[in-house]
Amino acid sequence: MSIDLSLVWAVIIGFGVIMYVLMDGFDLGLGILFPFAPDEESRDVMMNSVAPVWDGNETWLVLGGAGLLGAFPLVYSVFLPALYIGVFLMLAGLIFRGISFEFRFKSKRNRRWWNRAFCWGSAIAAFAQGAVVGAYIQGFAVEDFRYVGGAFDWLTPFTIITGLGLMAGYALLGSTWLILKSEGYVQQWAYRITPKLLLAVLMVFGIVSLWTPIISPEVLERWLNNIHIIGIFPLLALACAGVLYRSVKRQKDGLPFVATLGLFIFTYLGLIASKWPVIVPPNYTIWDAASAPESQLFLLIGVLFIIPIVLAYTAWTYWVFRGKVKVGEGYH
Amino acid sequence: MELDPLLLSRLQFAFVVSFHAIFPVFTIGLASYIALLHGLFYKTENPAWDRLALFWTKVFAVVFGMGVVSGIVMSFQFGTNWSNFAYATSNFLGPVLSYEVVTAFFLEAAFLGVLLFGRNKVPEGVHLFAAIMVAVGTFISSFWILSANSWMQTPAGFEVIDGRFHITSWMAALFNPSFWYRFVHMGMASFLTGGFVVAGVSAWFLLRNRDVEANKKALSMCLWLLLVLAPAQAVVGDFHGLNTLEHQPTKVAAMEGNWETQSSVPLLLFALPDQEAQTNRFEIGIPHLASLILTHSLDGEVPGLNAVPAEEQPPVIVVFWAFRVMVGIGLLMIAVSLVGLLLRRHERIYHNTLFLKTLTIMIGAPFLAVLAGWIVTESGRAPWLVYGVMTHAEGLTPSLTGGMALFTLIGYIAVYSVVFLTGIYYLSRVVRNGMKESPAEVEGEVGRPKRPFSAAQTPFDDDLEGANS
Repeated sequence: MSIDLSLVWAVIIGFGVIMYVLMDGFDLGLGILFPFAPDEESRDVMMNSVAPVWDGNETWLVLGGAGLLGAFPLVYSVFLPALYIGVFLMLAGLIFRGISFEFRFKSKRNRRWWNRAFCWGSAIAAFAQGAVVGAYIQGFAVEDFRYVGGAFDWLTPFTIITGLGLMAGYALLGSTWLILKSEGYVQQWAYRITPKLLLAVLMVFGIVSLWTPIISPEVLERWLNNIHIIGIFPLLALACAGVLYRSVKRQKDGLPFVATLGLFIFTYLGLIASKWPVIVPPNYTIWDAASAPESQLFLLIGVLFIIPIVLAYTAWTYWVFRGKVKVGEGYH
Repeated sequence: MELDPLLLSRLQFAFVVSFHAIFPVFTIGLASYIALLHGLFYKTENPAWDRLALFWTKVFAVVFGMGVVSGIVMSFQFGTNWSNFAYATSNFLGPVLSYEVVTAFFLEAAFLGVLLFGRNKVPEGVHLFAAIMVAVGTFISSFWILSANSWMQTPAGFEVIDGRFHITSWMAALFNPSFWYRFVHMGMASFLTGGFVVAGVSAWFLLRNRDVEANKKALSMCLWLLLVLAPAQAVVGDFHGLNTLEHQPTKVAAMEGNWETQSSVPLLLFALPDQEAQTNRFEIGIPHLASLILTHSLDGEVPGLNAVPAEEQPPVIVVFWAFRVMVGIGLLMIAVSLVGLLLRRHERIYHNTLFLKTLTIMIGAPFLAVLAGWIVTESGRAPWLVYGVMTHAEGLTPSLTGGMALFTLIGYIAVYSVVFLTGIYYLSRVVRNGMKESPAEVEGEVGRPKRPFSAAQTPFDDDLEGANS
């Protein structure tokens, strides 16, 4: 019996994507919330709460990008041309956000410029990633394994909604992360904005759920035929939203963040269930998109070696920096 | 005028890869130097080595951070602008480039944090081990990248099925015919870069009488290193050139500006190659010398550009002049290292103002030489992307328009200008701050792993105390 390497790789890439979304999600979210923070001290707290971990979070983006080229090159060679302008905007956003992490704390006179770079970089990167999700749901114009569509096929009313939706989702991850990591007036501010962000996320959730079957008949058919199995995902996502709302009202510390993670994970599983095993919609499955088996195997050895190390190191970093971040703490 | 997506994509790739290459070229050499400093401190317990190690580790942290930022862009370039190429070669380049990422992450997770932040937290021996592993890791990273590039220059160990490359022998593909030459040439270039930067910065400090004892040690050490490496690099470069002659004769013809296959070819010191007329203007050369260098015989036959059709020739003027810039700077480096040897009498290397000033100017030289060398090898294989198998035009993303390519070209130039200027500005502050430790570093508050930059605590825009020179 031989192992289905494409299946193994689909699980690895799928795991990498959700790790990235959850982990970089909350620090991008804090960037989006940055201009609305009550004062400069609370911005220090926000940034300090993610400063030790943010670039470890981006590890998953790079690992995912490289892994796609190695394991599913068709995804790499269709998504990137199709999302050409969006990819550039995302990278530019991530770069500006990255350097503002480094220089904001070292800077006094120019701090507001780094604040702006941090906020705009985060917002643009989040929007671009959300638009990618929308473009994935829409599908791509592909002929003979090559993208043949235009430069702005990825930018439609639908993908703008998903882009704004992911911005709201990341902001929600950010605000619940802040609840976990802060105290006093900063935490109270996070408690106040969380229900509003949750409402925005649920609205987008509803719009996308109704709109998707209209633009993608395959998805409609999938859901109609399998509602008794995959219907569980939206129900669980809504249950998480309920837990989130109640835990914020009761001013719990950690539960809002955990519930938001659940909301993301079940939405993500629902999305995968809509498309599986298609990876380059509308036509190509994970097996069509795969690289040669010997290439997948060659890379698998290294990746299976590195993932436990990255996970262990990530866990250790979060452990070292556990606990609340206090106002005025951290270096300047 | 019609915008050509092919030309714009090539310009964009040249720009982002040149910009990115500056950082790893420096960090590879610097990592080994830092490991050496740690080793010397471990053995002799002379605090001067420790001060030097700490200072250069701060510089390393900032440069490494900038390299990572610019490297993220590189991993997307193949897909956005060269998707046909990426798809066709993914069976080889996918795993190889991914292994570079795996190496980098392993290095960062396991050893970089210990090197940057563990000075007072782990035993000295462990710290030294981490420094050595970071140095080794930078070489493993460059192994993967150079293997990928060499494979595109001299492809081996593959067969093409339905337009896609399938690997028949990983060993033959990874260790392809030009790999070792490129790897050694590039490794030595990294050491030369590190050596000239450290020598130049030490000279700058000596000119200002700052940390004289430590900087004298650093300068002397670098000059010995350069004295060996600079001439050795010329020899290695010669071997690399002979390997290129065997596998990519057209590239060598362009480097020499030699249009006709002929014997007794002169070494041209100056010429203006004219691609349209397929000849040179204003030639000044030394008779027989190119034949002698390339064939080791005065009247040896050297292949000419006209051995291939005009549309399969690289842009000769670019290759020709980039090669002269690289070799010219290489000769300058050899000259400076020899002068360094002569000035050792009566310790004049530490006091001769002109020599010290020359060394500070030479900081930029190795970077220019490396970029020129890459321009030679990359432009020189045009029009081939995978030599002899796939052209640039065939590898281009089919849906890419000139407007899209122009938009991102301007965009990357704008983004990188900001990042680069900020980074260089900050780096110069770190260097000017010198070997003084900031209060935070003394108190040992520096404890934020995963962020190379935070190993440097120099303020971004506050006035630096005592660094008024």
